[in-house]
Amino acid sequence: MNLWLTLAVNSISLGGLLFLLSAGFSLIFGLMRIPNLLHGSFFMLGAYLGVSALNWHINFWVAALLSALAMILIGGLVERFLLRRLAGQELAQVLLTLGLSFIVADVCLMIWTGDPWQPATPEHLRGAVQVGTLFFPIYRLVILAVAIVIAIALWLMIDWTRLGAMIRAGVDDAPIARVVGIKVSQLFTLIFSLGAGLAAFAGVMGAPYLSVYPGLDFEMLPLALIVVILGGTGSLLGALVGSFLIGFLYNFGQAMFPDLAYVILFLPMLLVLVLRPQGLFGRAMP
Amino acid sequence: MSFLTPQRAAIAAALLLLVTLPIWVGNPYYINVASQILFFAVFALGLNVIVGYGGLVSLGHAGLAAIAGYTAALMLAAGHGHFISDFSAILVTLAASAVFAVLSLRGTGIGFLMITLAIGQIIWGILYRWSSLTNGDNGVNVSGRPAPFGISLASADSFYYATLIVFLAAVATMAVFFRSPFGASLRGTRDQARRMTALGYNVWLIRFLAILISGFWSGVAGLLFIYYNQFISPQVATLTASAEVLLMVISGGTATLLGPIAGAAIVVIMKNVVSAYIVRWNLVLGVIFVLIITFMPEGLVPGSVRLWKLGWRSFRQRRVTVLRNVAEPPQ
Repeated sequence: MNLWLTLAVNSISLGGLLFLLSAGFSLIFGLMRIPNLLHGSFFMLGAYLGVSALNWHINFWVAALLSALAMILIGGLVERFLLRRLAGQELAQVLLTLGLSFIVADVCLMIWTGDPWQPATPEHLRGAVQVGTLFFPIYRLVILAVAIVIAIALWLMIDWTRLGAMIRAGVDDAPIARVVGIKVSQLFTLIFSLGAGLAAFAGVMGAPYLSVYPGLDFEMLPLALIVVILGGTGSLLGALVGSFLIGFLYNFGQAMFPDLAYVILFLPMLLVLVLRPQGLFGRAMP
Repeated sequence: MSFLTPQRAAIAAALLLLVTLPIWVGNPYYINVASQILFFAVFALGLNVIVGYGGLVSLGHAGLAAIAGYTAALMLAAGHGHFISDFSAILVTLAASAVFAVLSLRGTGIGFLMITLAIGQIIWGILYRWSSLTNGDNGVNVSGRPAPFGISLASADSFYYATLIVFLAAVATMAVFFRSPFGASLRGTRDQARRMTALGYNVWLIRFLAILISGFWSGVAGLLFIYYNQFISPQVATLTASAEVLLMVISGGTATLLGPIAGAAIVVIMKNVVSAYIVRWNLVLGVIFVLIITFMPEGLVPGSVRLWKLGWRSFRQRRVTVLRNVAEPPQ
């Protein structure tokens, strides 16, 4: 297959994974004003849990869902019992998530050792689809499809349901939302859990091609950060566009300038910060 | 005003203790630990300029120290002299801090922190991936320490004294800086940025200069670090490294002169002690972080003072109640 096409397919699937990761991150940041430094850890821990489940010969999709459920629970507990105590103290919340991320990283190292784990691509997702003279690996396309389905589901939820309206109200003005009777604190827990679950799901989806290894958490976290800085906080569309932009830059950058791949990621962030600090699709923060 | 205030006596005692430390410690291992504490204290003092006094929390400062370390290490490896390498390293670090500041000051508060985190990770990525320049994960060796004025710094004692001189210079400049009008205006931008703007101060410029000062001392600490280890690798620029320094500032107590020094001592000693018994330093670091933030968010030095006062006050109140009860027995 043509090199450029391979790169493009890889970029799209990385973009899909990044969207699953950063959609939750962006919503958490938009609603709760917490840059959740645990998000990379949710991704990694989710991936490890999924890998363990796959080792017990559990179906791939079931494993991904189980891992997401586990992370929804963990995320909910962290929000309810640790972050909630520090409501309003943004700095303390950030540092708390940072401390927790170190704990998660070390516990993962203890349980799953330092060796990388790369589960086999599930059997029914192997192979390639032929379109004309070109072959596309099915698995990469499946990641993209899942990302699109979840993007649409999130969009429907946020733009078309009562719950979504409450979330949008919370993002725009939490105190007023509370005054009109929206239980913003419960929304916080919900969004935080949802974000954690999505990150874990992305981790399991990504495991067969990224593999899972110590340090994956702090490799994914800055990518999510850059996506959110690019796209604008709290904006799903921003997260989607930013994810695919970063997916392309990362893959093409690594292929063309392997030494400078990271600098190339940095350039769009720099441009956006200088020209439009609220992000491409973000609104100016009050 | 008397000549011998308790504060001055304490400073004199601390100085005496630091200067005579190699004599009563003796063991080179512990002298090396003391050197580590001192150069991490320089780093923490530098970070405290913006965290404590500027209210800008950075998670990318290890990147700045690493830039200084790498510049010097690579120039030394290319055969340049110590003076010119160190001088250029500081200049490069100042330039990098300026870029760092321009970018990160596009956000304040949490936005600032996110941008510094991203920049720090990118510096790490460059050091790690750009292996044709930085030798990647293998790092760069630094052959030999400099010999200023013909005094060799090869032994643990002499390196300790060199570090001590730099440390005292850092403490002295910080003490002067915080009392200066510029220090006061920096605290002003932390507490009431809008009012400072209304009063005609250029808040952006004040913060920019504060980041330069903080970057300068981070660079100095980076140089001491490479001369101490005679080696540098991308490990220096990891998020863990930035978080460690931030923990020193926060655990000791921000916006105090003593806090970051105490914090550096606590973290370095913990790290050396814990590493001797278990390999789980990151776990311990995380737990300390969580505990401090949950129970003593203002830092160990002010936190202990608060808890002590709380204990003392409740003790006194109890005594007062007891005394009052004795004087007027309850009916």
